[in-house]
Amino acid sequence: MQEAYVDVGEIKPAGQLNELLEKIAEHKGCGTSGGSGKSSCGSSDGPEDMDPEVWEKVKNHPCYSEEAHHHYARMHVAVAPACNIQCNYCNRKYDCANESRPGVVSEKLTPEQASKKVLAVASTIPQMTVLGIAGPGDPLANPEKTFKTFELISKTAPDIKLCLSTNGLMLPEHIDTIARFNVDHVTITVNMVDPEVGQHIYPWIYYKNKRWTGIDAARILTERQMLGLEMLTERKILCKVNSVMIPGINDKHLVEVNRAVKSRGAFLHNIMPLISAPEHGTVFGLNGQRGPTAQELKALQDSCEGEMNMMRHCRQCRADAVGLLGEDRSAEFSTEKIDAMKVVYDAETRKAYQETVELERQATVAAKRAEQEQLAQLADAEGISMLIAVATKGHGRVNEHFGHATEFQIYEVDAKGAKFVGHRRVDLYCQGGYGEEDSLQTVIRAINDCHAVFVAKIGGCPKDDLKQAGIDPVDKYANAFIEQSAISYFMDYVGRVKAGEIVHQVRGDASIRQGAYVAAA
Amino acid sequence: MSYKIIASQCTGCSACEPECPNVAIREKNGVFLIDPKKCTECIGHFDEPQCVAVCPVDATCVIDASQPRYQAAA
Repeated sequence: MQEAYVDVGEIKPAGQLNELLEKIAEHKGCGTSGGSGKSSCGSSDGPEDMDPEVWEKVKNHPCYSEEAHHHYARMHVAVAPACNIQCNYCNRKYDCANESRPGVVSEKLTPEQASKKVLAVASTIPQMTVLGIAGPGDPLANPEKTFKTFELISKTAPDIKLCLSTNGLMLPEHIDTIARFNVDHVTITVNMVDPEVGQHIYPWIYYKNKRWTGIDAARILTERQMLGLEMLTERKILCKVNSVMIPGINDKHLVEVNRAVKSRGAFLHNIMPLISAPEHGTVFGLNGQRGPTAQELKALQDSCEGEMNMMRHCRQCRADAVGLLGEDRSAEFSTEKIDAMKVVYDAETRKAYQETVELERQATVAAKRAEQEQLAQLADAEGISMLIAVATKGHGRVNEHFGHATEFQIYEVDAKGAKFVGHRRVDLYCQGGYGEEDSLQTVIRAINDCHAVFVAKIGGCPKDDLKQAGIDPVDKYANAFIEQSAISYFMDYVGRVKAGEIVHQVRGDASIRQGAYVAAA
Repeated sequence: MSYKIIASQCTGCSACEPECPNVAIREKNGVFLIDPKKCTECIGHFDEPQCVAVCPVDATCVIDASQPRYQAAA
């Protein structure tokens, strides 16, 4: 494996593919069928100058595009319980139904059960377009189960896209099988490209019938990961890289990781905050290793943004998640319930749904054009920027009650326009129609770096508390498009600053939620 | 002797099962167990017992002192 491993500095990507990847890195805009318009949708921003082949692959994939995740759903099947490495942020013993993080499942499945589950879900949820295998261990540490599942599903539901998420250790060994099953996306979790850093993240790996520890373990892992990534790129299989940001261990180093994976052809980088609650019993949870704050995470994502597309909408799902991101429906599809279901795979309904979505996406392209015109008037906003939290149910609009929001989308607005930069999970603040003060404080902490929060509706009490915290609660954009509303609010704000009515102030930091995720009922 | 799996610590992840060179490991009630008659402690196969090397929970695959020592065939 040594001879195939190439150092970062030596990488010379192949001509044609390199061009294609550059196009992906450059493209902007969010519509689905071309048209001008600058976008703001987080990850793969839009299609107009994107290679049609690549766009076709990513446009309906909720994990790859912030915009698609409002329309399309994915599911993970937990057929791969074994893992071949140990990470300090992972504890395989812990499972709670309310827990949402990778590595956690409530129920293991056989490939046959998984295949039946996929059909049941696809028939119930026409938005379901993507099947991923992400664990709860590592798919490639369970190659027979993983590939058997792919085989069964590609026979019965050939329109469903297959993807997998791996630590990369066994990727080179299985690359040809992955290509044979037409897997169109592979995610590799790369937390380091330097074994010195890696030894603080990975206590051991199991490779070639041996347990490796310390710096040797990290060296083998990074070599296999980089080789695997190069092999994916050669075979034109899209590769996303996930990285866990661990302050004091790999936070600064992730810029280097970003460069290394970009040069090897990864098309999207997803930097996620460390989850390290002590009750999870992970090494990092127990030794008090903290996760990043919202602003630390954003600053790192911003600094990598110039290098390649950054993904900002990852919800860090469970390995058995079902449904739209952030809206887990896995409890509806337990093995017991599926056994009782009469499953008929309805390809027609699925096709009809997907065509409707396509029309809706084209309509939003028109909205983007209007937004473009607003931007011309923003010239005197130079030097001012703000974050706005938005309560939304999707479709690109401000359409959620403040009290019903389980998360807020964060938009950054400045003279260049409005841009999606992340999301913040919050506890369900409104339960049974009355607000609880503690939950409101959780929301305020989560969006404390924002100047305003856009909502469809909000009660009197939370409104006052938000104002007191310096966050402007805004309900006048109910049901309007998010970016247009954000720019219009920003223009008004800049106008008042220029007129001397208000003084622009920089907001503080915000915290990233760590605890169990209670999904919206 | 042979190795045994402490059931209360086993996560049922199945990582050990395919690694055992003697096919001595099987699942029972969601956890895995080693057949002491088949276990050779990986002597003659590998430098280290595979179940121990791959198990995600420390001190879960351990020597079962109640079993006689494995004798490699002469």
